[in-house]
Amino acid sequence: MQLDTFIAHIEEEFEDLPAGIITGDTAFRQLDGWSSMMALILIARIDSEYNVNLTAEELAEATTVNDLFTLVKTRVAV
Amino acid sequence: MAIFSIPGVKLAGMATTVPKHEVFNLEFDTIPEKERKLYVRTTGINKRRVAKPGTCTSDLCEHSAKALIAELGWEPSEIQVLVFLTQTPDYITPATAAVLQAKLGLSKTCMALDVNLGCSGYPYGLSVVASLLRNMPGAKALFLAGDVSSACLSEQDKSAAPIFSDAGSATALVQDNAAPAMHFNLETDGSGYEAIIIPQGGYRNPTTVQSLQVVTESPGIVRNKTHLVLNGINVFNFSVQAAPKNANALLEHFNISKKSVDYFVFHQANLVINESIRKKLALSAEQTPQTLGRFGNTSSATIPITITSEIQAAVSQGPCRLLLSGFGVGLSWGTAIIDTNAIVCLPVLEADL
Repeated sequence: MQLDTFIAHIEEEFEDLPAGIITGDTAFRQLDGWSSMMALILIARIDSEYNVNLTAEELAEATTVNDLFTLVKTRVAV
Repeated sequence: MAIFSIPGVKLAGMATTVPKHEVFNLEFDTIPEKERKLYVRTTGINKRRVAKPGTCTSDLCEHSAKALIAELGWEPSEIQVLVFLTQTPDYITPATAAVLQAKLGLSKTCMALDVNLGCSGYPYGLSVVASLLRNMPGAKALFLAGDVSSACLSEQDKSAAPIFSDAGSATALVQDNAAPAMHFNLETDGSGYEAIIIPQGGYRNPTTVQSLQVVTESPGIVRNKTHLVLNGINVFNFSVQAAPKNANALLEHFNISKKSVDYFVFHQANLVINESIRKKLALSAEQTPQTLGRFGNTSSATIPITITSEIQAAVSQGPCRLLLSGFGVGLSWGTAIIDTNAIVCLPVLEADL
C-alpha cells in the first residue's frame, strides 16, 4: 500500500481541488470542500479500494492524511 | 441459522402509493448550495415524496390495497391474513392492522397483526405472511409495508431528512400448492440498535417536556429527542458487509446460481451504499433496478416501489426470479429469493394524501 496512491484516491474525491495540494501532512478536514458527507465518501472509497471499514470513531481520531493512511495500512496488513 | 424455505405460497400481486407532494434536495436550504450538490451526488436522491401532515402510512397502504384488490378481482371478505409492517403506526396502541381490517372491509374472521421493522422489513414480512398462509389451504393474504418517515424526522437535520421519503405498499399472497418455494435468510444484530433510533417517546425513555426541546447537535443537524437519528457511517459499514454476505449465503445454501436470478432488488438506502453492495456482488446496473433518484429511501417500501416502478413489465408478463434484500434499522437484515409468474403489478400510484 503506497502513500501516493492513497493520496490520489483522496484527491479524486475532493472535487475542484488542484492535484498536488494534498500531502501526508494535510489536515483533511481543513481542505476546501470538506463537509460531514466527505467522511462517508472517504470511508466508502477506503472500503472499495482496500476492503477496510473504518468506524466514525476511528475516522474522528485521524487528523492528517498520514494518520488515515497509517490506520488503513495497519488494518490491511491484519 | 434462520435460512429456510416456504413452499406453497404464491405472490399474486403488488401495488404501491406515494404522496403527490415532491421536495427537491437541491432546495434543502439549511445547508450551502455546494454541500447540497454533494449530497445529491452521494445519496443519489434528487427528490422525495412528503405526505401531508396527518397522513399516516396506513392511509398510503390502504390506497395501495384497495387498488390491488380491485385489480385482482378479489372480494375483501376472502382475505384471511393481514400483516401491516411499519415503524410509523397510527397509534402506539392499538395495532394499526386492526384499524386497517375494518377500513378495508375485511371479515372479522381475518387475523391481523403489526410488525415493527423498517428497511429490512420486506423480506421479513414476506416470510411472516408466507409462514402463516402455508397451512391455510387456498387462503388469501395482504402484506402492507411502508413508512411516513417525514413524520418522525427533523426537516432541519441534514443527516436524515434528505434521505427519507414516504410510501405505502400492498402485496397480495395466496396459498397454492403449485407455487414454487420461497427462500429466506434473515438475521439480526441488536448490539447496533442505536445506529438508527428515535431516542425518546417509547417506554424506555418516555416523552418529557425536555424531549421536545430543539437542539443544534452540529451545523445542519437540528432536532429534538423524538426525531429519528441516523449514524450514516455505522449504517454504511454494517450494510456493505451484512447485505452481500447474507445474499451469498442464501444463494449458496440452496445452490441457486446468480445467473438464474433475473433481478436483484435491494432496499434503496442511498447511492453510496447501494453501489458498494452492487460492486461487492459483482452485479451489473441492469441486474439491480434502482429508484433512489425519484423516490428516495422509503424504508420497507423501497423493494415494492422499485419492482412496481422499474420492472413492472417483466414481472407482469411471465416468470421472474427475484432476489430481494433488505437491511437497516435494528440492526436487522435479510434476503428472500422468490419465483413469480405474471403477477398483477400496478405502476406506482400517486395519491393526494
